[in-house]
Amino acid sequence: MDEKKDIKNMSSKELLAYYQGTLDEEARQAKKEGRLVCWSASVAPPEFCVAMDIAMVYPETHAAGIGARKGSLDMLEVADQKGYSLDICSYARVNLGYMELLKEKALTGKVPEKLKNSPAADVPLPDLVITCNNICNTLLKWYENLAKELNIPCIIIDVPFNHTMPIPQYAKDYIASQFEEAISQLEEVTGKKFDYDKFLEVQKQTQRSVAQWNRLAKMSQYKPSPLNCFDMFNYMALIVCARSRDYAEITFKKFADELEEKLENKQYALKGNEKKRITWEGIAVWPNLGHTFKTLKNLGIIMTGSAYPGLWNLEYTPGDMSSMADAYTRIYINTCLDNRAKVLTDVVQDGKCDGVLYHTNRSCKLMSFLNSETAAIVQEKTGLPFTSFDGDQTDPRNYSPAQYETRVQALDEIMNEEN
Amino acid sequence: MEGNLKKFIDLFEHISSNPVEAIKNHKKETGKGAVGVLPVYAPEELIDAAGYLPVGIWGGHHEISKARTYLPAFACSIMQSIMEMELEGAFDNLSAVLMSVPCDTLKCFSQKWHGKCQTIVFTHPQNRKIKAANLFLEEEYKIVRRKLEEILDVKITDEAINNSIEIYNENRKVMREFTEIAAKYPQIIDPIVRHNVIKSRWFITKKQHTEYVRNFINEIKKLKVEPWKGKKVILTGIMAEPKEVLEIMKSENFAVVADDLAQESRQFRIDVPEGKTPLERLAKWWQDFDGCALATDPKKIRGKMLIDMYKKYEADAVIVCMMKFCDPEEFDYPIYYKELNDNDIRNIMIEIDLEMTSFEQIKTRLQSFNETL
Repeated sequence: MDEKKDIKNMSSKELLAYYQGTLDEEARQAKKEGRLVCWSASVAPPEFCVAMDIAMVYPETHAAGIGARKGSLDMLEVADQKGYSLDICSYARVNLGYMELLKEKALTGKVPEKLKNSPAADVPLPDLVITCNNICNTLLKWYENLAKELNIPCIIIDVPFNHTMPIPQYAKDYIASQFEEAISQLEEVTGKKFDYDKFLEVQKQTQRSVAQWNRLAKMSQYKPSPLNCFDMFNYMALIVCARSRDYAEITFKKFADELEEKLENKQYALKGNEKKRITWEGIAVWPNLGHTFKTLKNLGIIMTGSAYPGLWNLEYTPGDMSSMADAYTRIYINTCLDNRAKVLTDVVQDGKCDGVLYHTNRSCKLMSFLNSETAAIVQEKTGLPFTSFDGDQTDPRNYSPAQYETRVQALDEIMNEEN
Repeated sequence: MEGNLKKFIDLFEHISSNPVEAIKNHKKETGKGAVGVLPVYAPEELIDAAGYLPVGIWGGHHEISKARTYLPAFACSIMQSIMEMELEGAFDNLSAVLMSVPCDTLKCFSQKWHGKCQTIVFTHPQNRKIKAANLFLEEEYKIVRRKLEEILDVKITDEAINNSIEIYNENRKVMREFTEIAAKYPQIIDPIVRHNVIKSRWFITKKQHTEYVRNFINEIKKLKVEPWKGKKVILTGIMAEPKEVLEIMKSENFAVVADDLAQESRQFRIDVPEGKTPLERLAKWWQDFDGCALATDPKKIRGKMLIDMYKKYEADAVIVCMMKFCDPEEFDYPIYYKELNDNDIRNIMIEIDLEMTSFEQIKTRLQSFNETL
């Protein structure tokens, strides 16, 4: 009762922190009680595991958290010693480094020094993993390695790259077959029958969370905007980790309500200083989130567009596996260039943006190698200027604050000239 | 060296260095052109069944300048080199290009072809061991077949595909025999000759290639097997080029007794199996195939395969040819590296960069490695 009361009075920011902590605690508790823990790719379907009461941990969010708390270098060093090339995605390296430390702790009973000093949220080792390549094939390789290193089952949901749109039915059939396969694997791992009634409820919950997430994303369409999309990067933690729970729905609803109230009271994100609006294409630079945000803010630039949060726009019809398959495969970076550019153009236009900033992310080939082509198409359609900068989601060595500032200033000048 | 052997060695060297000439010859002989096949795996049989020449596109030793506009520096070396060549018009003599997308780089690359010919893109399923994966791939291959028919204006019959599968399986069988022979006769088949014999299969019809290789094998078999004083190595990775890398191996007296290279043995280590329809058979090949970084495998048996290979061929070491910026390969490395070490198998990693001009570092590394073996 007390807890419910507390939740009711919490701000969305407090809810975000509270539920992130709760999820980690639930995973630790599950481990302690001998219940299963699953590590999951960020846009893999959690519905199956949640329906089976398996505690979930999300390595990408976990790695981003380590990066944002300036703790990634230690983990990267561990991965480096294991033989992981510096060219590999830094989320993967941070997580594989962290996993190695947890493994060492489990084997020796001693907490390795790097783990002791790490600002990482304390999460347990998995009993199984689930991966999905709708945001990259790196997630196949990374999870292969987790499964092999820990000798645990690996559930794969392979969503084939949609080189041609619309998505063909045979692709959805293949994905839906894998859902059935995942259910069989889970039945085997847990030793119990899959609960289809609960699964339907979990699907419905996921849809309620997604609806609130989408409601939130729309708040940046107002001009001036009550929402700076940098906040979406932070709240993303719950659409990743808790979309099949009510934690996400409650938090996003609260945040959207707060924003609506701000809008009504004419309280805007940049407090009357909104001069220009941009779309940010790519993942956040977590170790330098503050710098990327402030550099823009100091120039009166707000981020009102980002296609990245849209990855979790997973609308589907509960009970319909083909519709669920469609939702998990239509992610814009899993589609052909034309569709990719179309999605980004919509984001730019919906956000009423004046320019686009492309993150050439050393860690993410899939979100970098089509930037020049995408930028050309988006510019042709919108007439808006763009620039790019070199960065990395969690390896701070690949980001230059000076280059970022110069590029943003140049974009700002062009946006102002075009006025 | 016997005149006939030298003739074959020169022939394979010539074919593997002159793909443009091979395409011209094919056009002259058949009136039909060629279709490019990008790395890593593709149902080449469909192209062969259309009467066109499937031509492997694996980049080349090339300085990169124009490609920088379209690809960041951290794209893999093969794609940089192919992009550079396509911008120079190197592939404009092709009727079409067939591309698969088993990695993130290839997904992007498939969307940014700047050559003149049309592209045909297909996706391999990665949850490979379930039946639904085959059904998916069959559907993808149906589209590949239809697009080839449209672009090339030919009808590709089931019968023709089955016939091509037989031709290809025969070539695979002969190639497996060749690699066995190569391991026995390193005095004749040095790392460069071995590579040329295998690489040349990308540029002429498999029927012709099979005939050449079979005759070459017959010539070699006439000779006595001599003891080998150098070291025996296994190569693993995507490819072992530029040629200078192989020259270093040759100068170090390394005999390549087996390989696990995507450009080489991975292409022919298993046959296309029997099945109801030709497309089902081609799809099934992908399901049966294992031990490649581009073919998802949570059991990761590549390390075990390398260990088995090492034992079978009584090798002295494994040389990892790590394609620069190839993350699937980079992910596999720490896993099999540990397995090799746990089995006391000596190994060394060299970086493969097609743009490379100075080979001193590789030379020094391989020299020192050789001394420790």
